[in-house]
Amino acid sequence: MLARFAPALTIAILIGPVFAGLAGVLAPAFGYLPALGRSELSLDPWRALFSTPGLTQSIAVSLFIGFGSTAISLAFVILVAAAGEGTRAFALVRRLLSPLLAVPHVAVAIGLAFVIAPSGLVFRIWGGWLGGPQIPPDILIVNDPYGLSVIAALALKEIPFLFLMVLAAKPQADVERSMMLARSMGYGRVAGWLKAVWPRIYAQIRLPVLAVLAYGLSVVDVALVLGPNTPPTLPVQILKWINDPDLSLRFQASAAAVLQIGLVAIAIAVWIALEKIAGRAGRRWIEGGRRRWFERSAPIAASVVSGLYGTAAVLAATALLLWSIARGWRYPDPTPSSYTLENWTRESPRAAELVTNSLLIGLTAAVIALVLTILSLENETRRGERRRGWQGLELLYVPLVAPQISFLLGLQILSIWLGVDESFAAVVFAHLVFVLPYVFLSISDPWRAVDPRYRHVALGLGVSENKALLTTRLPMLLPAVLSALALGLAVSIGQYLATVLIAGARWPTITTEAVTLASGGDRRIIAVYAVLQMLLPFVAFWLALAAPRLAFRNRRGMGVS
Amino acid sequence: MTETGHDQSPSSGLWLDGVDVKLGVATLVSADAHVAPGEILTVMGPSGSGKTSLLGYVAGILAPEFTATGAVWLDGARIDGLAPEKRRVGLLFQDPLLFPHLSVGGNLAFGLSSAIKGRAARHAAVEAALEDAGLAGFASRDPATLSGGQKARVALLRVLLSDPRALLLDEAFSKLDTQLRQQFRAYVFDQARARGLPVLMVTHDPQDAEAAGGRVIEVRNGHAPD
Repeated sequence: MLARFAPALTIAILIGPVFAGLAGVLAPAFGYLPALGRSELSLDPWRALFSTPGLTQSIAVSLFIGFGSTAISLAFVILVAAAGEGTRAFALVRRLLSPLLAVPHVAVAIGLAFVIAPSGLVFRIWGGWLGGPQIPPDILIVNDPYGLSVIAALALKEIPFLFLMVLAAKPQADVERSMMLARSMGYGRVAGWLKAVWPRIYAQIRLPVLAVLAYGLSVVDVALVLGPNTPPTLPVQILKWINDPDLSLRFQASAAAVLQIGLVAIAIAVWIALEKIAGRAGRRWIEGGRRRWFERSAPIAASVVSGLYGTAAVLAATALLLWSIARGWRYPDPTPSSYTLENWTRESPRAAELVTNSLLIGLTAAVIALVLTILSLENETRRGERRRGWQGLELLYVPLVAPQISFLLGLQILSIWLGVDESFAAVVFAHLVFVLPYVFLSISDPWRAVDPRYRHVALGLGVSENKALLTTRLPMLLPAVLSALALGLAVSIGQYLATVLIAGARWPTITTEAVTLASGGDRRIIAVYAVLQMLLPFVAFWLALAAPRLAFRNRRGMGVS
Repeated sequence: MTETGHDQSPSSGLWLDGVDVKLGVATLVSADAHVAPGEILTVMGPSGSGKTSLLGYVAGILAPEFTATGAVWLDGARIDGLAPEKRRVGLLFQDPLLFPHLSVGGNLAFGLSSAIKGRAARHAAVEAALEDAGLAGFASRDPATLSGGQKARVALLRVLLSDPRALLLDEAFSKLDTQLRQQFRAYVFDQARARGLPVLMVTHDPQDAEAAGGRVIEVRNGHAPD
């Protein structure tokens, strides 16, 4: 019975809050907010917005970050996927993706800052080991005015995401046979992949690419840590107005939130136009019949950029770990001069509270998302519907493409109006909007891959539908169910905006704390929270891998041992 | 080949009463036949002719793109409106489809009728079934470690333990190699006859039909003249 209503409920949770939130900012954007004593429509918020000094620059840098991070991530993924197809290294990359994806944006941003800042690990290694200057260079790397460091941090996070999407799209692109065909006609590996495989993969990963673009345009947490200050990016500017004690600034914040929606819409339109142009040029290139294209240099370039990526990731993780246990660390020493666990012990009471909050919110949201997802898929199974690939998945991208700052501000206004702001339920609900799509994406493919005849066998043996779900499909899918749960938890742990806007200061998490500390806190303490941010999802993923292995250690057919 | 006595009264056995399975407007299979307990009715046709959809209709798992009309009676009761799990129709597919998360014994206990109660009794029933099938001591084995023939036998045992009143075979022997196929086929038919189960077998292999020795419905060009 429940299963029948699950799909409708899932869709409502995916798009309801987004549209409610967007509606929630529209009224105040035109001066209507009875809670603040204004009930006549006016264009004043817009006049105030457009007279903000530096607004054009805010917009420009936001656009630059959005397009820059998307273009770099996509180029990286194309290069490495094309050059790496069918190689051993590629299989290794595949295994590293999930843990990389689980690290929250804020931890990545802080880790990167610890590496590339003038007093960061790179200049310490240069000065300490390689004979470089003995004082930090006087250059603005972190918080640079062009948002280059934001782009770098976003690329570190988006590359594994896009890579995973490419891998998920491959089965439907018939890669092996297409490559065999192309190579039998004399195409090189790189040219063959780009011409015979990539267009089909791109058609399937368009929505994730648009989500990456929209995310980069609207990102707040990474920009708070690494982004420019005068002026900040538009989304950060909006958050500043929201948090300002002067409540009248909320009107121009709302107007700016509507402007942000417009920016995302225009950027998506531009991207689609670019797709068309690239598609036409690409077809001409494909039909040109050239058999070889950078066949020798592309693999070298792929190795170089992969190495760069790996180095950045390892350095960032190392910097975080070292700072979290450092007592003294003079410049330009590449390693601390003395170590201590005091950073951890001193922070442990506060950290315990924040970890508890993160886990409470995350597990609740992940479990709700999982139950809804499974009931929706179960409904599909029972009705005998067969879906493949991306069918019916478009709605999942609504919360991922809509600018968070805009609809979350609307939701905040609505939740204050309803009197539910700062409640646990409201925070979980806000997290659920972002957790649900990832949980659904993660479990739908394995679910739909289960042979429907297992259900027929069970029913034929006289077992009821519900019992068949509990005793056959769920245990058979235990690895997928647990990874979806871990992913949901990881997504929730990483949420910054959904937590601060809906919970205010009532439900601080390790992520909100890390962002707060990142602007001027003690590096040792910042590192403690960033390491916790990395650690919690890792532990969750490890448990998700280990539990089925233990439960099914004598079941080779489960593919876990 | 001896057959148990044909009992033409619809109060026992499987009776397909004017069953038509259609895809859109095209009739794929028509069947109007009574299968007595212990009798094997073969539905023969090339793959893709939709003959499997007849089994789907009888078992209650017809894919939504098909439509079907006609009545299905089993031991005197009409079953075509019942939920699939209420029909007591055992299914055997070309793949054994043993649940990978359960042991061999767990798979059999999953199938074992709930009429047998108590841990010890159920355990004993599973052990006895394994022993009869020449698989004594296999209960704790991982199904993935079994040979093809062993898996097929466990799949059959699982169906039989559920105490079905009819057996539907969907190309059940097509993935086994020749020698194994003959053995397993004989084993399935013997078991069905010994238990007096009406059997509806869908196959593309004339040898299956020959071995069954019963009536044959031919499906050609998506239509079965009876």
